[in-house]
Amino acid sequence: MGFGPHLLLATLEGLVTSAVLALTALGLSLVFGVMRVVNVAHGEFYMLGAVVAWWIASLVTGHPALGFLAALVVSPLIVGAMALVCERLVLRKLAYNPESTIVATIGILYIIQQLALTFYGADARPVPPPFNVRVQLPWFGYSGYKLSVIAASAALLLATWFVLTRTRIGLVMRATQYDGETARAFGIPVETVYAGVFALGAMLAAIAAVLIVPISQAHYLMGRDPLLLSFIVVIIGGLGSLRGTVLAAVLIGLADGIISVFFSPTLAKIIATLLVAMVLVFRPQGLFGTAAR
Amino acid sequence: MMPAALEIKNLDCFHGDVQVLHGLSLELKAGEVHCLLGRNGAGKTTTLKAIMGLLPARAGSIALNGTELTRLPAHEVPKAGIAYVPQGRRLFAEMTVAENLEIGLMARGRGGATREAVLDLFPLLRERLKQRSGTLSGGEQQMLAMARALCLEPDVLLLDEPTEGLMPSMIARIRETVSRLRERGVSTLLVEQRIDAVLPVADRVTFVENGRVRATVDVQAVRADPAMVNRYVGVG
Repeated sequence: MGFGPHLLLATLEGLVTSAVLALTALGLSLVFGVMRVVNVAHGEFYMLGAVVAWWIASLVTGHPALGFLAALVVSPLIVGAMALVCERLVLRKLAYNPESTIVATIGILYIIQQLALTFYGADARPVPPPFNVRVQLPWFGYSGYKLSVIAASAALLLATWFVLTRTRIGLVMRATQYDGETARAFGIPVETVYAGVFALGAMLAAIAAVLIVPISQAHYLMGRDPLLLSFIVVIIGGLGSLRGTVLAAVLIGLADGIISVFFSPTLAKIIATLLVAMVLVFRPQGLFGTAAR
Repeated sequence: MMPAALEIKNLDCFHGDVQVLHGLSLELKAGEVHCLLGRNGAGKTTTLKAIMGLLPARAGSIALNGTELTRLPAHEVPKAGIAYVPQGRRLFAEMTVAENLEIGLMARGRGGATREAVLDLFPLLRERLKQRSGTLSGGEQQMLAMARALCLEPDVLLLDEPTEGLMPSMIARIRETVSRLRERGVSTLLVEQRIDAVLPVADRVTFVENGRVRATVDVQAVRADPAMVNRYVGVG
């Protein structure tokens, strides 16, 4: 294969990584942006999404698309409900204190991880893709499912942008993000907004996991890498910035895909980490974030 | 005698472990402009935040037209008919003027009709609806902060240092707006450090020191004896 087709293949692989990463990182970014909570357990909501997707897909008989679609709807709902329970029982009790919630979400991380190990087991299990279509390009054939992951992620990101900028719910979320006390003085039930945002963040991670699980596999430790990469994306893009999160996810995903294919995955991780260090030194608020109020 | 729109009795309020208000009592009559005057740290802003439920009252009562506010969660307080313009305006700076007004309209008010009535009061904002509020001048930001609060169609308006950092012409406009609101029956509780800025529009003045009320007097008494201000709180 020549350099051009090779680069195209690497770019497509990078875009799939970007698509999943953008959704996961957006969840983390929303939770921090609105609630000022650094959710260390975010990767476990991602893992739960994949594990629950496997469980649902294994329950549904018939065409794999039925099981996948059921998982795509039900898994985020279950994960969102679990996030609501965590928010109510833990974060709210800590009054959303930024330091305490870091420690608390580390605890949640281990609880969810060990529950998954206990009830799901240590094996990695695949979910069958909903369809097996190969898109034939002049130089190589490429998975139609992977292309659909990119499209689905783009649609979800657009929908999130629409909700945040064009609807009343988005206005309430943004008001809470900018100034919770003033929002409360204008009748906004801030705790309810926090609960909704925490559930939404977890659901975005779960959707990303359901999309990726036919490509990779569901495993109880699969939340670690997405958590680390999400933090990288969110730091580079700027906490709470949707545009920054998406652009940073595309940048990191593409860099990861292209550098991994042409050089090595380790070099890709080194460059991403170096980029984070540079952003933290020269522009701590991220490329698109606003300076602390 | 006008009935009390807002009645605060024996209010105790704390910042952490530090008691800021010590049995503070205050009565805001219907349709009056009442100025709360005191030094920095006297408890003026704390009083307004306690009324809004943003700081919990440990003892005492706050009644708005007979409704006990201390029993309501903070986000229900504005729905009872009270609006707050915080110190420093606290606009949602990244949002447009229209979006800031929309936030004000959510809890109470009649939607579009209220918005139009408020914009009639501040016509300059009508030309700035799509502008990001953080880019407005100080005076325009204060107008927007008041307009956002008035979108709640309040019976009682709380203003925290509305003249801070403004030019004399803008201060005069704020006084004019407060007067017009009084004509419409809105009661205003006004926190200020500069008595000269609000004296022309106030009906009564309460002097606060160390979280306690030193005295409540008619504004004529202050006009007749300007030294009273220094005597009570050492400002003016």
